[in-house]
Amino acid sequence: MRRYVIRRLIGIIPVMLGVIFVTMLTIELIPGDPVAMMLGENARPEQEAALREHLGLDQPLPVRYVKYVADVATGDLGRSIQTNRPVLDEIRDVWPNTLVLAVAAMALAIVAGVVVGVISAVRPYGVIDSIARVLALIGLSMPIFWLGLVMLYVFAYYFRLFPVGGTGSWKHYVLPAVALATPSIGILSRMTRSSLLDVMGEDFIRTARAKGLRGASIITRHALRNAMIPVMSVVGLQFGQLLGGAVLTETIFSWPGLGRLTVRGVFARDFVLVQGAVLTFAMAFVLINLLIDLSYAYIDPRIHYD
Amino acid sequence: MHISTRESITTEPRALGLATKPRSPAGDVARRFVRNRLALAGLFIVVLLAIMAIAAPVIAPKDPAASTLADARARPSREYLLGADELGRDILSRIIYGSRVALLVAVLAVGAATLVGGGIGLIAGFAGGWIDEVLMRLMDILLAFPYLLLAIAIVSALGSGVEKTTIAVAIWAVPNFARVVRGQVLTLKERDYVLAARALGARTPRLLLVHITPNIIAPIIVFASLYMANAILLEAALSFLGLGVQPPQASWGLMVASGRDFLRVDPHVTTFPGIAIMITVLGFNLLGDGLRDAMDPRLRNRF
Repeated sequence: MRRYVIRRLIGIIPVMLGVIFVTMLTIELIPGDPVAMMLGENARPEQEAALREHLGLDQPLPVRYVKYVADVATGDLGRSIQTNRPVLDEIRDVWPNTLVLAVAAMALAIVAGVVVGVISAVRPYGVIDSIARVLALIGLSMPIFWLGLVMLYVFAYYFRLFPVGGTGSWKHYVLPAVALATPSIGILSRMTRSSLLDVMGEDFIRTARAKGLRGASIITRHALRNAMIPVMSVVGLQFGQLLGGAVLTETIFSWPGLGRLTVRGVFARDFVLVQGAVLTFAMAFVLINLLIDLSYAYIDPRIHYD
Repeated sequence: MHISTRESITTEPRALGLATKPRSPAGDVARRFVRNRLALAGLFIVVLLAIMAIAAPVIAPKDPAASTLADARARPSREYLLGADELGRDILSRIIYGSRVALLVAVLAVGAATLVGGGIGLIAGFAGGWIDEVLMRLMDILLAFPYLLLAIAIVSALGSGVEKTTIAVAIWAVPNFARVVRGQVLTLKERDYVLAARALGARTPRLLLVHITPNIIAPIIVFASLYMANAILLEAALSFLGLGVQPPQASWGLMVASGRDFLRVDPHVTTFPGIAIMITVLGFNLLGDGLRDAMDPRLRNRF
């Protein structure tokens, strides 16, 4: 197990090197000059040259790449062009907000998705199953930015049940987390249902029935655990959706997180900030998927990592 | 020589009507599809959408760009069936024209991703060894970007607009198509009929084009249909953030965003374009689900 974890952690390194390269390459291709943007139209050429040198933009891409990677390895993500603060500090300030929002949405999505999926699978093709499946499809077809705005109107403006935006009490979490979780609830409930139905056809379920167990207890005690492995692999992918979706929900609910910081960076052409933010998102995504792979051994004790 | 297999599934139009032979595989597919009411609903939505996009100038009650500032944010009425937006433009007409942008971006992006991603998956799966390793590690890098962020990075680099948005959506979809196609190729290339063809002296291009590709078309069609839904959502999200399609072009995501500032007083400006997105995405999801269940029920758990 320990060796497996170490091997997987080492395996992350080339992926991150690739992520940095792709990000830098896209920034390199920006039409428009970040230096000219920052100094405005009346800048003197020598000013521009000085700033270009300061940002290291006078160096060719491979040189900048190696330098950036070396900096990242020592925990230095550069300075934000917009605020001149270290990017690491900018990210550190807002990152917990995004992580908490994403984790809250994930927890909601797993619980609601599995519950709906189980309810569906108890009587497949029945009335409740049909309703649940259509609702799941509608859920995963909704654009979260629109769902967020509709919820904002109904629950914050019209009924005044929840705050319009920002952070603070638990009430601030409800609307953003529900909006963010809705598509994932749809996807996870579909996955749970079909995975459960597969497992229900297995021999050990027939044995459980034969020894007289009732439907509900067969599902919760025998089938669900076995059906969770495919569901968990989807959870890993969904976390990427949630991190990306956070960009949208944070924008709508004025949530001071990394998503909003990224969008602000894009509009300000603050490529150093965007680069650091995208790298952080990717790192979180890869690490969470590693955690989920490790959870398989917990769900199914037959799985060993050696 | 031609070796036909149980897996070969066609979607020829002739086969989608009444099958001549009672138990042809294509007839089975069509029969299963037609029996599925949700799948038919999906097909209906998608066809309707295509007609709407093509015939937009005929259907739209007003000029989507004509603004009457006096009617800004007018409520739905006989004059403006779904109301008017913040510049006094007819929302219904803009939704109808917006379907062009949504479909254009999604069709081009998914088409490009099918060719490029499918090609990569085909080569990686068939060649195996270091080629497979290198290609799939490259795809892993693209997959390490959470959902919207690769597209944001790309659009922030390439700039915004319809073409750039299409490229961003396509690049986002490529690794997913590569993975699915590779998985299919891996199982197919060890099948007896492929091994037999190889033993008879068939070369790699023939094995790929004649024996393997026809058998992965069914899953690709299903996957492409489901990815149409995702591509439409992604374009809408990028445009909503202001990083995708730019005004004055009518994009549904952009329309939702333009109503944001008046959400408290005039929610209709935001609501209707969002419903258009939802129905469209639902249509492609229903169609994809229906095709999957009709073509190969065993695929149910794979995507």
